[in-house]
Amino acid sequence: MIEVRDLRKSFGGQPVLEGVSFRIQKGESVVIIGRSGGGKSVLLKHLIGLLKPESGEVLIENQNIVPMNERELLPVRRKFGMLFQSAALFDSMTVAENVAFAFRRDPSLSEPEIARRVAQMLEMVDLPGIESKNPSELSGGMRKRVGLARAIIYQPEIVLYDEPTTGLDPIVSDSIDHLIQRVRDQLAVTTVIVTHDMRTARRLGQRILMLHARKIYAAGTADEIFASKDRVVRQFIDGVSDERATTMEPQSL
Amino acid sequence: MNLLGNKWIAEWLEGLGQLTLLTREAVLSLLTFKVAWRDLVYQVYFIGVKSQSVVLVTGAFTGMVLSAQAYLQFHKVKMDTATLAVVSIGMCSELGPVLTGLMVAGRVGAAIAAELGTMRVTEQIDALRTLATHPVDYLVVPRVLALHLVLPLLTVEAIVVGIGAGYLVGVYLMGIEPTYLWGNAQRYTTLADVSIGLIKAVIFGGIVGIIGCYKGMSCGEGAQGVGRATTEAVVYSSITILIANFFLTLTLGQALHAL
Repeated sequence: MIEVRDLRKSFGGQPVLEGVSFRIQKGESVVIIGRSGGGKSVLLKHLIGLLKPESGEVLIENQNIVPMNERELLPVRRKFGMLFQSAALFDSMTVAENVAFAFRRDPSLSEPEIARRVAQMLEMVDLPGIESKNPSELSGGMRKRVGLARAIIYQPEIVLYDEPTTGLDPIVSDSIDHLIQRVRDQLAVTTVIVTHDMRTARRLGQRILMLHARKIYAAGTADEIFASKDRVVRQFIDGVSDERATTMEPQSL
Repeated sequence: MNLLGNKWIAEWLEGLGQLTLLTREAVLSLLTFKVAWRDLVYQVYFIGVKSQSVVLVTGAFTGMVLSAQAYLQFHKVKMDTATLAVVSIGMCSELGPVLTGLMVAGRVGAAIAAELGTMRVTEQIDALRTLATHPVDYLVVPRVLALHLVLPLLTVEAIVVGIGAGYLVGVYLMGIEPTYLWGNAQRYTTLADVSIGLIKAVIFGGIVGIIGCYKGMSCGEGAQGVGRATTEAVVYSSITILIANFFLTLTLGQALHAL
């Protein structure tokens, strides 16, 4: 369903991705882990065509989206829903207008039908009855839930999550993890999650890709990755800083 | 130094190229009726209704000062009654569109750049794109089109108020005979002067809109990026209006006065 071939991207001469390749099957739940600033979000944005690589291919259902212009990408993007790290809600609109945004130019849907679907989506993300609130009135966790409702209301085939639990307390993070799980299971969508939260990775990843040194350094099932003996993988999973890692024995990492 | 100059030229040309591409995309969107009409109506309200006070004050005081200055000069050669004709021609073909354009660049151009810039740095424009919405259709075209429509109307308002205020200054402060004052204004102000002003206003509207949108959508990261984009939108729009005005006066003046 999604295939990335030899993707290369740099910003201002600074390489961020150097020959990244992987495949994601339909219905799979894949977590991309890696250090902050390591290019995870950049990679995720390439999957939906928000960024253009210097070279390489991104195939969505065997269609290379890299050479497409913004207008050609519009039908491809209808297959996607994306939850941003900051939720990226439109701050000039209410919650209901945000969630219903994708239907705004659909003449086949009446206002009551749109309102019904918005209410249904807000119910699904455990935030019923907040349609008239403004994004500025919501907490971080609520904003992410509304962002998710907006991303899934038109029932996309693929949902991308950019750091869904970053900046949230452990309890809210846990509820967001459960919500992602519920969305994945109920809507049977392909899920790609970028995170450095190991609990989220373990819980949600059927397969884990680790981005390190601008490449996919390790790939495997969640059990394989979490049982890995590789020094770099272990250092990341155990949360050991570079300073501490140099003074520790490899087997203790 | 030479290297710095080359870099500046390269950046300037790149910016000009991107601005041209944005304009092309906006025209294509307009031609294929992808405009969000509801947003257009809102922008017309925001730009038109909310700019009233600025335009009225600018028009009135420009007409007043022009009337006083023209009277002081014409009085020396006993041509007092030509005062309002100068105000009228000046307001219609030059001061009306240019000052309205500059005022709107300061108020609306800055607001557009700040709004779109904030949307860019908070990933709201990326969110729009993921929701299968072209930012040019949704954000750029309604704003540029609204400015194209509204700036001529605001210019007409500034011209009318400016001439009215100039008339009041001429009659009640300078003591000019009102019949001849008004008669000369009508006699020397032609349809060509009014047409030049309106054509300029339409073009200036496009300049303010497209530069404001471009600066907002291409702004740098963080609050500093938004601040810089806002300042640049006002400065570049104002300079472009002043330069364009010179060439428009030359070309439209020759073309319309020859008719």
